[in-house]
Amino acid sequence: MSAAGSPGSIRRRLVGQLALVAALLSVAFFFSLRVVAERATEATQDNILAASATSIADAVYSDAGEIRVEIPYSALSMLGTVSEDRVFYRVIVDGRTLTGYDDLPVPEGRARARGPAFATYGYRDDTFRAVVVTRALSAANQARRVQVVVAQTRLGLAAISSRITTIATAIGVAFFLVATALSAFAAQNALSPLNRLAEAVARRGPKDLRPVTAETPTELAPLVGGLNGFIARLGSALTRSEDLIVEAAHRVRTPLATVRTQAEVVHLQMEKPENRAALRQMIRAVDESSRSAGQLLDHAMVTLRSDQLETEEIDPAELLRDAIHRLSPTAELKDIAINLHLPDTPLRVQGDPILLQNAVRNILDNAIKYSPADTDITVRLTPGSPCRLHFCDQGRGFEAQDIARLPDRFSRGSNVEDVVGSGLGLTIVQDVARAHGGTLEIAQNPKGEGACVSLVLPSY
Amino acid sequence: MRLACLAVLLSFCAPLAGAFEIEESRQYPANGSVTLRILSTADADVFEPIIEAFQDQNPAIAITYDVASSAQVMTALYEEGAQYDLAISSAMDLQTKLANDGLAQTYVSDATGLLPGWAKWRDQIFAFTQEPAVLVLNAQAFTGLAPPKNREDLIALLRDHADVFDGRIGTYDVRVSGLGYLFATQDSRNTESFWRLTEVMGRLNTRLYCCSGDMITDVARGELVLAYNVLGSYARSRLADTPGLLVVEMDDFVSVMLRSALIPKTAKAPGEAGLMIDFLAGMNTRPALAEETGLPPVAPSTKEDESVIRPIRLGPGLLVFLDTMRRETFLRSWTSSIEQE
Repeated sequence: MSAAGSPGSIRRRLVGQLALVAALLSVAFFFSLRVVAERATEATQDNILAASATSIADAVYSDAGEIRVEIPYSALSMLGTVSEDRVFYRVIVDGRTLTGYDDLPVPEGRARARGPAFATYGYRDDTFRAVVVTRALSAANQARRVQVVVAQTRLGLAAISSRITTIATAIGVAFFLVATALSAFAAQNALSPLNRLAEAVARRGPKDLRPVTAETPTELAPLVGGLNGFIARLGSALTRSEDLIVEAAHRVRTPLATVRTQAEVVHLQMEKPENRAALRQMIRAVDESSRSAGQLLDHAMVTLRSDQLETEEIDPAELLRDAIHRLSPTAELKDIAINLHLPDTPLRVQGDPILLQNAVRNILDNAIKYSPADTDITVRLTPGSPCRLHFCDQGRGFEAQDIARLPDRFSRGSNVEDVVGSGLGLTIVQDVARAHGGTLEIAQNPKGEGACVSLVLPSY
Repeated sequence: MRLACLAVLLSFCAPLAGAFEIEESRQYPANGSVTLRILSTADADVFEPIIEAFQDQNPAIAITYDVASSAQVMTALYEEGAQYDLAISSAMDLQTKLANDGLAQTYVSDATGLLPGWAKWRDQIFAFTQEPAVLVLNAQAFTGLAPPKNREDLIALLRDHADVFDGRIGTYDVRVSGLGYLFATQDSRNTESFWRLTEVMGRLNTRLYCCSGDMITDVARGELVLAYNVLGSYARSRLADTPGLLVVEMDDFVSVMLRSALIPKTAKAPGEAGLMIDFLAGMNTRPALAEETGLPPVAPSTKEDESVIRPIRLGPGLLVFLDTMRRETFLRSWTSSIEQE
């Protein structure tokens, strides 16, 4: 049992309390059954004793003024039919023992007017149940009072009692076990909507912000209502902040482009070398800001689209070709050659083309950015399930201690401070990979200098 | 006063020599220190093979075997508190009274557990033989007459051939023999014919005996034509060496006496007495011993009240005929029926 302060498990508490009730009922049942059954057996013994004594009393007769008794065989043999109890009897006429055991006490119980009186007493080292039956008889014109006492030990009663106790115990225990099993079942049943709800909530992806629609009993409706309200608020808060980022990026990028153009025009007109240097620095800063804004925009877009992924069939080879085509002008500026290796067999991937395009572009962009002039970038598509989009450059590569945290937001390698970057590139790639059920793998180029990045996607 | 002192002194000096009568006493020494004292109604000769077989199994137990009549066994144990470890008696009613009145010890063992329910009472009385009451005839004297099948037959036969049977019928003197009294009271309980039979036997000057053995001898010698309510076990054991003896079991009912053993409260070696009870309870596994003694062992297959073979039921019913007034009434009726002069 959990302490009063801690709520513990509802089911355990429910089962525990039901079991306690069942135990109390079992014990009550045990005692009432015993009492009732023992009363009944005692009454049975009393009845047999009374029958025996009455039949002896009936066999008392007067013969020429003398009272005699011929004890019927059945009077005593009936007492030996059920049990092997000791039997004593005594016939008394007007206070004098006629026959039987002289020292057998006469029960003094509250006798009804003419009925038998019963008593339980100790006699000859045993406990006896005794009855006395009284009868009036007339002999030689004289009224005589005949008393017949029959006593029997309670061995048979004890045997029956112990049998009853055994049966009552067995029934009580069985009742308890069945009741406990049923209450465990009932608790399980009563709590199943709660479990279903918990499962439905637990099953959700990290970015699933739809309201909970699982069937809920009335008792849980307030909880689910509250939960859904909370989810809705969280969702709108997230959307608002994404909106803000997009808005901000837009608003910053456009004026920046204007500033850059104007700065270049001014740069061409400047003649003093110190002024030209200042302007170049300014252009570089504008580039950095513009790039950051672009990536923030990309990231926000990836997050948004990941939430409601709209997939279609895509040829990854086409995807790569397209991305390389778009970025080759930038690469050519640095005399970087991009070598694309495609398999012979066509491949299909289920995915969002815009997101995948974005991810591949980010990887290639990174590769070009960090590659020194006049080097190669190798892009390889490995078929299979999942398929791998493999990019290797001959740049500075990754520092070993950075590899694990690189996909984190705004996290950058420790060896790239001289290059413009936002720290969002790999984060975007990772988010896209996850949204498609794939992974991002980053490593050092096994063939010497450079970095390798793989986008692993489920294919078929 | 002086006499009383002497009596007390005597009972102190010789507690074994009580007022009850011992007919015979045999000692079976052993190298152990324990002596099992048995008081029995069975003849020493009959019981000797059992004692010898018992001592083969338990060589350390010495045995004293005292023979007395069933009434003397009762006197010894009930009134005088004589010190015995085992009481063996054919008087089931007296054994029952000893147990009922609290003078027997309870004993439970594997062997007694195997006894059928009707062969023990309160785990204090243990029957080890079942011996039917039969009719013994002299075949020679019966030539031309059909042996009676039941008591009605017997009554008709005695009435129709008074000349043959006059003075040549034997039965127990129930005033003297405890076993005779037991058989007679069971007869009176089981059949209406009993009193008529007694009347008829009384008219034919029936001779009264103390013991089965004497009756069988007289039938064998031709002095008696028939003897009623004779112990079947004794009669059968005499069949082999006595030609012309016929044993008839009645087909209306046969009273079966159960010879039983109990351990008195006063026993000093109750453990050894228990071993003897175990041995006796297992008699049905020793057919050779049963054959030698002529004592038919308790057969677990015998069912109570299911056939004409009726083991007399141990229990308080047997106390009825021990009631002094009932006994007096019964004996008075019986005597007036059997002695008609």
